[in-house]
Amino acid sequence: MENGLIFIDIEKQMLTANGPMKLVVQTTIQLGELVAVFGESGVGKTTLLRILAGLSAPDKGMVSFGNTVWFDSEKQINIAPQQRNISFMFQDFAIFPNMTVEQNIQFAQPEKNHSFVAELLEVFGLTEFRKYRPNGLSGGQKQRVALARALARKPKLLLLDEPLSALDSEMRNALQNEIAKANQRLGLTTIIVSHDLNEVFRLASVVICIENGLVTRSGKPEDVFSDNSISGKVQITGQIARIQKQDTVYVVTVISGNNQIIKVIAFENDLENLGVGDRVMVFSKAFNPILSRLR
Amino acid sequence: MDPQFTQTLWITLKLAVSTTAILILIGLPFAYWLADTKLKIKPLIEALVSMPMVLPPSVIGYYMLVIYSPRNWFGSWLGKVFDVRLAFSFEGVLIASVIFSLPFMVQPLHNGLRALPNSLREASYTLGKSKVTTFFRVLLPNIKPSVITAVALTFAHSIGEFGVVLMVGGNMPGETRVASIAIYDEVQSLNFEAANRYAVILFLTSLVLLTTIYSVNKKYDTWKMV
Repeated sequence: MENGLIFIDIEKQMLTANGPMKLVVQTTIQLGELVAVFGESGVGKTTLLRILAGLSAPDKGMVSFGNTVWFDSEKQINIAPQQRNISFMFQDFAIFPNMTVEQNIQFAQPEKNHSFVAELLEVFGLTEFRKYRPNGLSGGQKQRVALARALARKPKLLLLDEPLSALDSEMRNALQNEIAKANQRLGLTTIIVSHDLNEVFRLASVVICIENGLVTRSGKPEDVFSDNSISGKVQITGQIARIQKQDTVYVVTVISGNNQIIKVIAFENDLENLGVGDRVMVFSKAFNPILSRLR
Repeated sequence: MDPQFTQTLWITLKLAVSTTAILILIGLPFAYWLADTKLKIKPLIEALVSMPMVLPPSVIGYYMLVIYSPRNWFGSWLGKVFDVRLAFSFEGVLIASVIFSLPFMVQPLHNGLRALPNSLREASYTLGKSKVTTFFRVLLPNIKPSVITAVALTFAHSIGEFGVVLMVGGNMPGETRVASIAIYDEVQSLNFEAANRYAVILFLTSLVLLTTIYSVNKKYDTWKMV
């Protein structure tokens, strides 16, 4: 019987900009889930994705997809990327320069399906550029081509390495919806590498946090990123953009995931561990009465 | 026209075309393998391929003659089994020429393949495409300038070959006498007019080929910047 899980238990020695580091990941992923791998640059997120794709081999361990073993160091099994039925979207997009936008998408299909290509071109706003070669496209357009191409073969496992980093917020929102829709409609399992907290919250049902090669936390994004003691009615995640002193208090400007500007009053001791650029959650626990002098 | 003159040019052309054709067949898979391999002895293999660029042609010619000689096992085996004698024959010159021009084919192709981002190959693999499909549909079309450079350099180099042909093939009209040797021969017999005719043809052919390489590369550079 199909067990419906991706099983990962691997170790790999890596050389990073900060010296040698060991990537150790033990986790399972439900098939059909949209999973985010979250962490700073150079902690092994991309390497984990490459191991799942079969582009890099772990030093030891095991990877299986459902009942199919993809990698097993003991039995010396390492299934080639071609046999894994995946798509991998690279950070540098890896669009083939010799092919037009349309040909790039067609190339990904095992059997030609013109209507699906047309649909992808439409959904990703590429119809008018379909005869263009990649060299004439902007970074954002290339990213959309790469995403459309990754979906074109209807893979079982979609691996996205920071897929939306080159897009403006409007296009990013739109494509986040498309990724979520494709995940549902095509019955894919999607693993998305991201260091954008908003993206993680919007898209992922499960997040795996990696720090220095180790999985530190995993679970639902709201459980992983917020303090469990918080039982607020309103929770908004965002990033601190500015801290201004006003009289005895501070006004903290937080930019939320959908680019809303929220101003929060804070006292000096609230800000002890906070600075500009920190990711925060803005929440309201209870109705907070404010005193005002009557005339 | 002087029949010996046309015959010599024909042999020169035949040698250059055959060398280039054989080297395309050998060079493409070899360069792909070389760009892909993680073998520890890769530097040694690269050095061996490049040897003809630094060795005097007479050294290559000498070793080829030794190998072809019926007194050694390869030469005698060829003679016994196939009744073939390679020394001082067109086929012998052709084999030597293929070895001598190998770096001119392999190096541009290898450099072209190495300059492509790895992710192109990997993207094709993850889309389920085999190594062969990836090579012909993704990699080769993106190193067109390198292919043109490799073919033109190999052809030009084969046309201009002198030392190896002289060592391995000698100067046999109708068999191994090529234009570069004919020039030397005509000058030796003070026949400057004939030498000049060969020289002009070699000069112009090489000029046209090299101009082609440079104009193709220039066009590709501007295309890349768009």
